[in-house]
Formats: sequence, C-alpha cells, structure tokens
Amino acid sequence: MLEASDRAAFQRLARDELGGLYALARRLSGRDAEDLVQEALLRACRSFGSLRDHQAGGQWLRVILTNVWRDRVRKDSRGPAEVPLDDVEQFSLYRTLVEEDPFPYSDSLHLDFLGSFSENDVHVVLQRLPPLYRAPLVLRYMEGFSTKQIARVLELPLGTVLSQLHRGRKLFERALWDYASESGVMSETVAGREDARCTR
Amino acid sequence: MHQMISCTSAVERLWAYLDQELGDEDSAEVEAHLAFCRRCCGELEFAKHLRRFLADQDDGRMPTAVRAQLDRFIDDLCEPADEGDTT
Repeated sequence: MLEASDRAAFQRLARDELGGLYALARRLSGRDAEDLVQEALLRACRSFGSLRDHQAGGQWLRVILTNVWRDRVRKDSRGPAEVPLDDVEQFSLYRTLVEEDPFPYSDSLHLDFLGSFSENDVHVVLQRLPPLYRAPLVLRYMEGFSTKQIARVLELPLGTVLSQLHRGRKLFERALWDYASESGVMSETVAGREDARCTR
Repeated sequence: MHQMISCTSAVERLWAYLDQELGDEDSAEVEAHLAFCRRCCGELEFAKHLRRFLADQDDGRMPTAVRAQLDRFIDDLCEPADEGDTT
C-alpha cells in the first residue's frame, strides 16, 4: 500500500499523532473512537503520497478523521437531528450562576463552577450534544480549526457553521448547568470547601 | 455614532466577536454596547473563561491496551505487502 520510502515516514507520523487523533475521535464519536482512528489511518495510508507538506501531517490526519466521522454520521439513517433553539436561546449560564449562586462564599463564582467539572464530566456533557452541534464546537474550540476550515471539512456553507457554533455554545452552556444540577458536582465542590474551612 | 444594540443582541455576538468573525460594523456595535453595559462585560469575561476551559481539556488519554492495539494496527499498515499476513 505504501512505497518503501514512505513507510517509515507514515509510521512515525501516525505514532506521533495517535494521542491527538484518539482525543479527537473520542470527542466526536464517544464510544467508537478506536474504530474511527483505525479507519482514518487506513484512509490516510492510502493517500499518504498526496501529502506534500509533512510538517502539516497532524492537521492532515485530523481532517481525514473528521471526514470519516462526517461520512459515518451521514450514513446513519437517523441523520443528525436539528434542535430548536427556542428552548436554549434565552439561557445564559453566566446569569444563571449569578442568580442561583451555587457557591455563596465564592468570590470567583464562575471560575469555581467551571473548576468543579472533571475532564470526564466535560466529556459526558459534550456527548449529550447532538453531533451536528458538537462537531463544530469541538473542532473550533478544542482542536483550533478556523470556521472556514470547519466549513470545508464538514462540507457546509460558512453561514451554517456559524449558526451551528452559536447553537452548540448555547446547548453546551445549558448542558453544563443541567449536568451540574443533576450530578452533584457543585455540592461536592461546596463540601470540599467547607471541609477545608473546618480544618484550618 | 453606532447603532445601539440590546443585551440579547450583544451576547449573541460575543463569541463571534472573540473569534474575530464579525464585520467592522457589528464589532463596533458590540464594543459600543460593552462600553456602558457592565453585565455584558461579565458575559464577555465568562465567554473567555469558557473558551479557555474547552481548549484546556485533556480528555483523550488512551488506555494502554488501546494504544497497543493501535500501534499494532499502524505496524500492520506499514508492513510491505509481500511480507504481510498470509493466513
């Protein structure tokens, strides 16, 4: 499949980028991360000869993985569901925290709220978002793609990507609040603070 | 003088403003609003925190077994065809 001269270069690139690819796959698809990485590597191996700038190999692999994920979502007969924004449009996590004041003794309420989430909590919250809105959010704010790159890789008009990003952010804020309310992460943080105060 | 915009309209555009995705006119309207609205300045600061929060997530640590499996997969991909698995 690979020319002899390319084998070592592809192997090195794939191994170097494996951690980042797996992280992206996990963020995009949750459970199927390993399988997604394998299919992306297979596709990349077939077209490695077309990669001109090996310095850009990491980004090239991430684009391929996103393409594989996009194709899978399209094949899914249910298709990516749109979410009416009316429910979340008026929601502001910033204002909700001020009004609900979950950390009454905090002088950095908003940061303390975000600090109460473990990395796994955030992963769970992201997986609650429909793929249609999760993908642009992950690609833009976790992977550092520009909105134009996202439009290219997801094969969507730029305006659609911007709209999905807006909805994705709103849904993410709402999902963070809902998760925190259900899971008790905020009360754990408050209990931890009170323990710390008692032991002083 | 820029057109005055509401808090809702300003908050809607904050992330796009931080992403430098807004045109000059829209950016100027957001800035004019932020100049007098303390609450929206709070929203702006929180938007910055939330973006950093997302960027700082390191949630992709691979289980050792998965790493080993994927390393083997890469090795297999890079194996010369005539030395491949013949089973």
